[in-house]
Amino acid sequence: MASNHAPQRTPFYAAHRALGATMTEFAGWEMPLQYSGVVAEHLAVRRAVGVFDISHMGVLLVAGPNAQVVLNALLTNDVAQLQSGHAQYTFICNERGGVVDDLILYRIEPSMFLLVVNAINMEKDFNWIAAHATQPVVLENRTTQTAALALQGPAAARVLPEAAGLSRFQIARFTLAGCTGWTARTGYTGEDGFELFFDVADAEKVWRELLERGKPFGLVPAGLGARDSLRLEMCYPLYGHELDENTTPVEAGLSQFVAFDKGPFIGQPALLQQRKNGVSRRLIAFAMDYKGPLPRMQCKIFAGGQPVGTVTSGSYSPMLDVGIGLGYAEPAVAAIGTQIQVEIRGRLYPAKVKPRPLVKKHK
Amino acid sequence: MNIPNQLKYTRSHEWVRAEGAEAVVGITDHAQRELTDVVYVELPQVGKRVQAGAACAVVESVKAASDIYAPVSGEVVSINSALATAPELVNRDPYGNGWMFRVRMSDPTELGSLLSAEQYAQHIGA
Repeated sequence: MASNHAPQRTPFYAAHRALGATMTEFAGWEMPLQYSGVVAEHLAVRRAVGVFDISHMGVLLVAGPNAQVVLNALLTNDVAQLQSGHAQYTFICNERGGVVDDLILYRIEPSMFLLVVNAINMEKDFNWIAAHATQPVVLENRTTQTAALALQGPAAARVLPEAAGLSRFQIARFTLAGCTGWTARTGYTGEDGFELFFDVADAEKVWRELLERGKPFGLVPAGLGARDSLRLEMCYPLYGHELDENTTPVEAGLSQFVAFDKGPFIGQPALLQQRKNGVSRRLIAFAMDYKGPLPRMQCKIFAGGQPVGTVTSGSYSPMLDVGIGLGYAEPAVAAIGTQIQVEIRGRLYPAKVKPRPLVKKHK
Repeated sequence: MNIPNQLKYTRSHEWVRAEGAEAVVGITDHAQRELTDVVYVELPQVGKRVQAGAACAVVESVKAASDIYAPVSGEVVSINSALATAPELVNRDPYGNGWMFRVRMSDPTELGSLLSAEQYAQHIGA
């Protein structure tokens, strides 16, 4: 990452400052960490509705008559199964089956796709697609032209009743406050909600409209802190923590997003072999047995006095009021209910392997 | 930003209130805001000898674990046990009910090297 450059600012930067947000640098962007407080924002999203600036996310456009065929050779999920107006979660893998990135693929027209990718990987993904496309396609980086917001929470559909007809993972053209963009029923919190993509020129209008409409429903702006604690309760992976180029979707327990038997794609032989032979480590979710110090990335996991794994993400769960985490461990300890210990500042604290997600997801 | 005039401060964002030979220690309003929600506090044991500038407690927020440094040297004579069940007091009332520990100072002249409210405000750019 180009950390020697000044961080980029989203079109909502001034709005965040005006709301008194604590800002933080994330993946080369100056983003709101919190406004009123991480826990308050987290609970507002679980109980009412919150709005997140997600304009740092990379937005790549792939289009043209070859787009489906090209993408299907680069992505693990089956693009041929994806209808126009729908989205799917998918991976770009390398030849070893390691994850280059995880992303949401939106098919907005039969021959036009939007890839919403991790900010930290945007340039890498762009170059990867350009280098590995087997046929000519249009490839454009739309990141800085796109203002993106996530409206998340059980009251989201009441704030945007015009979009309430969208089913989960659907996307459609959408006009709000006279501004036309795309709205999808997707998110990263486990709650009902929408992700909105507009032209940067319309950012302020859309932002003000959402805050105004959300008032009667308890809408709060929410920062990256709550975004992380919400996704952790849902056990959604975060690139650089649960996923990287040396970790496969099979190890991460995300094989349902790999269409092993579609036509050839990069990483397929390695992933097929791993499916057949099994994995040497698996992603586990765990909760601490009692309130205390919190598990953090790189804490060691023990079972029966032996080191068996490493924490990849850990924090406090506002819903469970206890420390929770994700980590990779030997398959022998991955069974639900297994008693483990997490080493925090040189001491072992008891925890148990739990089913994913750790908090019940919105249906 | 709340920076009470009568307190002394460290560059590492602790505050100190001298009461005779003893000093009460906590973290500043600025620090609690930067840390985000405090969810666990690990305090030194009563009787422990702490050294000015050395880590002696840990505050864990949703975001990260952070060391707390003793502003002055001496012996810990009491700790705020309320924080065990209500760590959020550090956010809600950092200079009052969110205090952390009390030290019987071995060298009260150390207080002279701490920052005034004005100097601390400058330090954090407030």
